[in-house]
Amino acid sequence: MVAPSLKLQDLIEEIRGAKTQAQEREVIQKECAHIRASFRDGDPVHRHRQLAKLLYVHMLGYPAHFGQMECLKLIASSRFTDKRVGYLGAMLLLDERHDAHLLITNSIKNDLSQGIQPVQGLALCTLSTMGSAEMCRDLAPEVEKLLLQPSPYVRKKAILTAVHMIRKVPELSSVFLPPCVHLLHERHHGILLGTITLITELCERSPAALRHFRKVVPQLVQILRTLVTTGYSTEHSISGVSDPFLQVGGHSSKTMTNTSPLSSTQVATNTDTSRNAGNAVLFETVLTIMDIRSAAGLRVLAVNILGRFLLNSDRNIRYVALTSLLRLVQSDHSAVQRHRPTVVDCLQETDASLSRRALELSLALVNSSNVRAMMQELQAFLESCPPDLRADCASGILLAAERFAPTKRWHIDTILHVLTTAGTHVRDDAVANLTQLIGGAQELHAYSVRRLYNALAEDISQQPLVQVAAWCIGEYGDLLLEGNCEEIEPLQVDEEEVLALLEKVLQSHMSLPATRGYALTALMKLSTRLQGDNNRIRQVVSIYRSCLDVELQQRAVEYDTLFRKYDHMRAAILEKMPLVERDGPQADEEAKESKAAAQLLEAAPAPTEPQASQLLDLLDLLDGASGDAQHPPPLDPSPGGALVYLLDLPCAPPPPAPIPDLKVFEREGVQLNLSFIRPPENPALLLITATATNSSEGDVTDFICQAAVPKSLQLQLQAPSGNTVPARGGLPITQLFRILNPNKAPVRLKLRLTYNHFHQSVQEIFEVNNLPVESWQ
Amino acid sequence: MIQAILVFNNHGKPRLVRFYQRFPEEIQQQIVRETFHLVLKRDDNICNFLEGGSLIGGSDYKLIYRHYATLYFVFCVDSSESELGILDLIQVFVETLDKCFENVCELDLIFHMDKVHYILQEVVMGGMVLETNMNEIVAQIEAQNRLEKSEVSKQLCSSPGWVEKTWAEAGVCTCVGLCCCETSGNDTHLLSSLSPLKLMDLKVNQP
Repeated sequence: MVAPSLKLQDLIEEIRGAKTQAQEREVIQKECAHIRASFRDGDPVHRHRQLAKLLYVHMLGYPAHFGQMECLKLIASSRFTDKRVGYLGAMLLLDERHDAHLLITNSIKNDLSQGIQPVQGLALCTLSTMGSAEMCRDLAPEVEKLLLQPSPYVRKKAILTAVHMIRKVPELSSVFLPPCVHLLHERHHGILLGTITLITELCERSPAALRHFRKVVPQLVQILRTLVTTGYSTEHSISGVSDPFLQVGGHSSKTMTNTSPLSSTQVATNTDTSRNAGNAVLFETVLTIMDIRSAAGLRVLAVNILGRFLLNSDRNIRYVALTSLLRLVQSDHSAVQRHRPTVVDCLQETDASLSRRALELSLALVNSSNVRAMMQELQAFLESCPPDLRADCASGILLAAERFAPTKRWHIDTILHVLTTAGTHVRDDAVANLTQLIGGAQELHAYSVRRLYNALAEDISQQPLVQVAAWCIGEYGDLLLEGNCEEIEPLQVDEEEVLALLEKVLQSHMSLPATRGYALTALMKLSTRLQGDNNRIRQVVSIYRSCLDVELQQRAVEYDTLFRKYDHMRAAILEKMPLVERDGPQADEEAKESKAAAQLLEAAPAPTEPQASQLLDLLDLLDGASGDAQHPPPLDPSPGGALVYLLDLPCAPPPPAPIPDLKVFEREGVQLNLSFIRPPENPALLLITATATNSSEGDVTDFICQAAVPKSLQLQLQAPSGNTVPARGGLPITQLFRILNPNKAPVRLKLRLTYNHFHQSVQEIFEVNNLPVESWQ
Repeated sequence: MIQAILVFNNHGKPRLVRFYQRFPEEIQQQIVRETFHLVLKRDDNICNFLEGGSLIGGSDYKLIYRHYATLYFVFCVDSSESELGILDLIQVFVETLDKCFENVCELDLIFHMDKVHYILQEVVMGGMVLETNMNEIVAQIEAQNRLEKSEVSKQLCSSPGWVEKTWAEAGVCTCVGLCCCETSGNDTHLLSSLSPLKLMDLKVNQP
């Protein structure tokens, strides 16, 4: 006789009694062996108990696949107990990938049509959790029948199952569309909740459904009104009220704009915010107001509600408020600005989620008028923030500084501060940006080099800082030694000190190879800038001739040769660098990459090292001066003849072929053009600059451009340069879109423009399908 | 849409694991562990929202959690759900558990894992919120439990030689079962009746 099997509770007791992981595993394996034997023997009485035990073991992480067929048998049994466990097992163990799942289709069909209500409920639940496309197609008629059953319990489950089916098999939308209107007349909240989800799903899938449901919008508003005015209990307030909002907000019609402001304000003023449910409702109201095109007054009300929430003591409310404001900041920038002080206070939160949201929002709120104050706050935050936020904060500050810097000196100061505080977390191109910036600000050379020297003297561990400092000292060493910069206290710096510092950088184990390269080149440049003799420098250089790092070795050998054989050329070669040309502040990546070729020629040190050495090899061939194995003079070609020569070479990566611009919109003199850039270093990224120009006689004001892309792409919109285009060819508005397209799917854009022109408000929505092939292939 | 519902204790042992999107088993366990580590780091007085881990779907998903005594209830949702609404939903779920189990504690969840699943099925179905009214949920569960008990006793008393044992073990259940045998054909009776049958009625129906 078979030993009586353990009840579920007893098994759990045993597992809990196990003192170690190994013991637990033993107990479970023994029990699984029993279960397997029992399944083999086909014992119908205790099958449900065995499966329940198996499901428990599955939750703990042990394999349970041998129970799949047993689920089928249990579902087919006539007892409710068996069916319950069987369906649960099906939901937890079976899925589309196993062929066995189709076998339960028949059982489900029988249960749906003939079972008692709990059984129907179970079947629907299972279908909505793991129903595959084939199953959904087969069982759609049964579910449709159940939608019209009198019992609310089964109907609400049937409705949600219908939602799942539509998700799996969109063609079924036509089947489930007709009953929806009828279902809206129900009073039962569970049914209403489900119906609204179903309608939302239908509307999202097809515009035809959307048109169909526009007619029922008044009814929805009616439901909303009754819920609001009769006063609702907490049980229903989430389901009843929030969901009409969600639905309404997403798919508004023209009729809504008349009726909804009334209901929205009603809800906004009547909702009891002392309970969490009330707050949830208010949030949804706010989001609805923002989604549909409400009057300006209503939008301000919405933003003010959010502002009030920001002051709430409950952290959850503040978090949701920050999230919502972030969504609104693009469209209602000025309204959100009013709450800037509160947002900045939220930066001080100890809560990581909150401070991250506050950081994102603060960065979005920076504009040219508040940039100094905001930067101060953000820099203070940078010093104290948790490490995972540092990178975002640093890059955010740098970006904002670039766009809104009032003066160059301020800009340099800011970047310097960021480098000293969070140097290890900045992006790679920060170094290039800073060197270019300093190079361009002639009047600030002395100031910059002093500050960098001081910073370097204190701390040589932050690599970006060290790199920039080394470069500066190399370039402007003479200014450093003059010692009479009026903006900082005069400090007498000795030549020997400078050289010692650079040597320290060279020898430090914290320095990256790139940093060492910077330092070595800087030393070399100093050989022409300093008055003293160059013995020390020559010594250092000759030491590195036998360095293990190939890059450094090559440089050292070249520099050494420069001292020995080509000393007459040394001064000319090591002159001050000409300014590196650069595009505007927008797309840093595109500037960096398209200038990689240009940078070669102008010999900025670092990021282009490998290309530089390729270039030298080419020069070697062409000069024909390869008699001796010496490398020709390196990186700092004097401007002039050599430059022109180099331009003829098909040297390292050629800049990518420019993609033609595309004009996408024109109306009464207002035009929108798209220009495309694809940085070669990141083929999945597409940068689109949308430029709005105005050749008409009237100004364009309140210009807002919004974009949407298909789901396989990711879109990021940056804030536009402004929202007014003056008439007659005034300064255009530019806005940058970043699109990530890892699957190389064809890019389609849907654009929505709203603006005021000739005292009329214009809204245009159109799709752009004819983007050039090079933008996404 | 709700992607997953996880309940684990302060040491990370899973007490309820329900995924509404398909993941292979190892990934499921990994998600539970990762979520536990994320949630454990949080203090008690900071907000209940976490940006999700990398495994569960990425940037669109949030973890909304609540800490009750020794258990963490974690709902992983996407951006279409209202965050505050989900917080309330967790509260409703726990209160329902409380009603069904009488002062529910972790042990109840441990030993009655299947029942907790059944209760959850009445609240969330297929990743969508089904019902938030506690009374309705509890009524449903009680009706289903009664159905199950009646079947157990039906089975017990239908096999001969078990009758004496039946009376000793099952007690009132048997009586209820016998009554229901008479009325089992009528579905609505079982579901709509909320009060258990009184003992007086039972005497009348015994054979």
